[in-house]
Amino acid sequence: MADSTADLETFRQETRAWLDANCPPEMREPVRDEEDVFWGGRNARFKSDAQRQWFEASVAKGYTVPSWPKEYGGAGLSPAEAKVLREEMARIGARPPLSSFGIWMLGPALLHFGTEEQKRHYLNQIARGEIRWCQGYSEPGSGSDLVSLQTYGEDAGDHWVVNGQKIWTSYADQADWIFCLVRTDKTNKYQGITFMLFDMASEGVSTKPILLISGNSPFCETFFDNVKVPKDQFVGEVNRGWDVAKYLLGHEREMISGAGGGDRTAAIGAALTRAAGKHGDTLDPVLRAELAQFDVDALAYACMGEKFLDEAKVGKAHPAQPNMMKYAGTELNKRRHELFMAAGGSRALEWDSEATGGGKTARGWLRTKANSIEGGTSEVMLNVIAKRILDLPGA
Amino acid sequence: MPLYHDDDQAMLADTARQFMADEGSIKNQLRHWRDRECKDGFGHGLWGQFGEMGFAGMLVDEADGGLGMGHVEAGIVLEEIGRNLTPSPFLTSSVLAATAFKDASAELRGRWLPGLVSGEKVYAVALDEGAKHRPERITTRAERSGNGFRLTGEKTFVLHGASADMIVVAARTAGADDDAEGITLFAVPRDASGMSHDAVRLVDSSMATHTKFDGVELDGDAVIGEVDGGRELLGRMLDAGRCGAAAESVGVSRGAMDMTVDYLKQRKQFGRLIGEFQALQHRAAHLYSEVEIARAAVIKAQQLLDGGSENASLMASVAKAKAGKAAGLAVREGVQMHGGIGMTDEYDIGLYMKRDRALAEFLGDQYYHANRVAELSGY
Repeated sequence: MADSTADLETFRQETRAWLDANCPPEMREPVRDEEDVFWGGRNARFKSDAQRQWFEASVAKGYTVPSWPKEYGGAGLSPAEAKVLREEMARIGARPPLSSFGIWMLGPALLHFGTEEQKRHYLNQIARGEIRWCQGYSEPGSGSDLVSLQTYGEDAGDHWVVNGQKIWTSYADQADWIFCLVRTDKTNKYQGITFMLFDMASEGVSTKPILLISGNSPFCETFFDNVKVPKDQFVGEVNRGWDVAKYLLGHEREMISGAGGGDRTAAIGAALTRAAGKHGDTLDPVLRAELAQFDVDALAYACMGEKFLDEAKVGKAHPAQPNMMKYAGTELNKRRHELFMAAGGSRALEWDSEATGGGKTARGWLRTKANSIEGGTSEVMLNVIAKRILDLPGA
Repeated sequence: MPLYHDDDQAMLADTARQFMADEGSIKNQLRHWRDRECKDGFGHGLWGQFGEMGFAGMLVDEADGGLGMGHVEAGIVLEEIGRNLTPSPFLTSSVLAATAFKDASAELRGRWLPGLVSGEKVYAVALDEGAKHRPERITTRAERSGNGFRLTGEKTFVLHGASADMIVVAARTAGADDDAEGITLFAVPRDASGMSHDAVRLVDSSMATHTKFDGVELDGDAVIGEVDGGRELLGRMLDAGRCGAAAESVGVSRGAMDMTVDYLKQRKQFGRLIGEFQALQHRAAHLYSEVEIARAAVIKAQQLLDGGSENASLMASVAKAKAGKAAGLAVREGVQMHGGIGMTDEYDIGLYMKRDRALAEFLGDQYYHANRVAELSGY
């Protein structure tokens, strides 16, 4: 731990030097498409040597999960050091070396609820990008009312036999393992769910990608047909998985909120104006005004993200604050993409042209409409803020 | 630096909150002076207490008798001022004038800073010349005259102008009306001959003046900073003032929001607390989110300003614009959710609406600052 100003400055210089030596120039370019994101996993393939180098150097340094303890594959950085690393990575535009639901969602839940053995085993795997995880939460009949979920695990001695269906499982077709909410007691709504971990290669698991309005299929339907899950593969306590689920949702909402900075919190007016100018187009003054209003909101939200993370690291943030972040961040992101479309004009409508990278603007715009639905709708977020932060009655 | 108050700042916040809630409350100050049609619009007794508490000179360097604190600390006091709608010359004297005096000569500092630190003197700033904030254009002229200057022109929206012992005036000493350069700041004493005030009471019961300078003769030592080179100092004053006004706006937002959320928990209609209705819950939750975001932006801008960051000016505009938007929402939702009693003078929520309106306009409204964000961003 090095938190004095002088120590932090030393750490900043070391970090800068390390990034200089280990983050290849290609890894400092903005992410252009899905292949630029490295998700790890059994079937992982690097798009380039640069991507591999950056990933391997980060793993060796513990920088895929810099704040996690060293024994679990992290670098054991203090909140202040982690912030310096974030700032230095942002300064050079470094891509995350590894993207993973293990890092963003399961990891924090394991750190909080896992046994020592589970932490050593699963967290190290996550840090090294060995296993790609997916999340089994929503079901066809259980969206906003998640706790009504019906997927059932029947007790069969040393294992459960799981039957049911999940939906909106992100990248289930490419995932190695799943963390999954399974009902293990039909008589108790909240205290009848177990948070299970199992291999997607288990017999009886099948997935079916869902074609979305964006023309892409990041989400799947996931089916469980008599899937055997060993009795030691759960987190927390049996029938108390809802506690784990809620804790993890906080981290999922934080992730979706874009609080960590990057594209989700950047101002856009200057870039869109320049881009239009390059094609000889001009933006209407009223659109410029909208962009300016957006930039005010985006730059302010970036401060909120920074403040939220700073406070969360030292336990100062309200426990329900991720819901506010998720609400504000996703509504902002939808607005951002509406403005991308407006500023792009008819060019932004092109669905598969080379010039648009295969309709990136239009598909991205449609994708963001899910932001305020996935991980809890904006309306649910507002309910939670009203109830848990404002303490309004009967909410 | 983490984006929250450190232990010392948290202690200051506790002190300021308690002080303003007791001494600076709406009942003790705003209503008290308003109902007596006070010509100053604030109480000198309270201002003296600001001096005793160390608030009045908090931004003044320790060498000049102040506390040598920064904008984060000034913002803490301003947030409590906003929450209690406390009328005081703190923003114009302790933030704007104090910032201008960072560049003042030893003689000027010696003349004016002790009275500020003690809370005995009141200072104002004369910047605007039209009904909309447009500091890029300065037509008030100061021409060389003997060893000094002769000041001619008209300023408006001079808060506390008639009560001020000294007014910091931005005037043109060279160039054309719209030139960036050629600006000089002057410390104009109350008794300067040729200065006249037309005092006006504003919607929030604060007092401002239209101030006329009709060949006001000033000594050369009335110049703050450099002759013709005042644009940069004016910029720093504006950034400081905007951050301060934004912090006060956040206080107004939080005061109005807390009052409104409390009301939702008390008022019954249709046999239920109205806070049970989802239509109101969602609006209150949205408001909470906007106010939190505004507060984060304001603290960030204060930290950047204290750190001398090159981004400080941009963030000061982001903070002023965002705080203005959030406070506007807070007071509009506040009055609406209070229903009929929200329209009465007896209830305080309407006072928040009035204060927000004046504060929103001061040093540039959300439209001015959104436009400035665009310009500073290069579009």
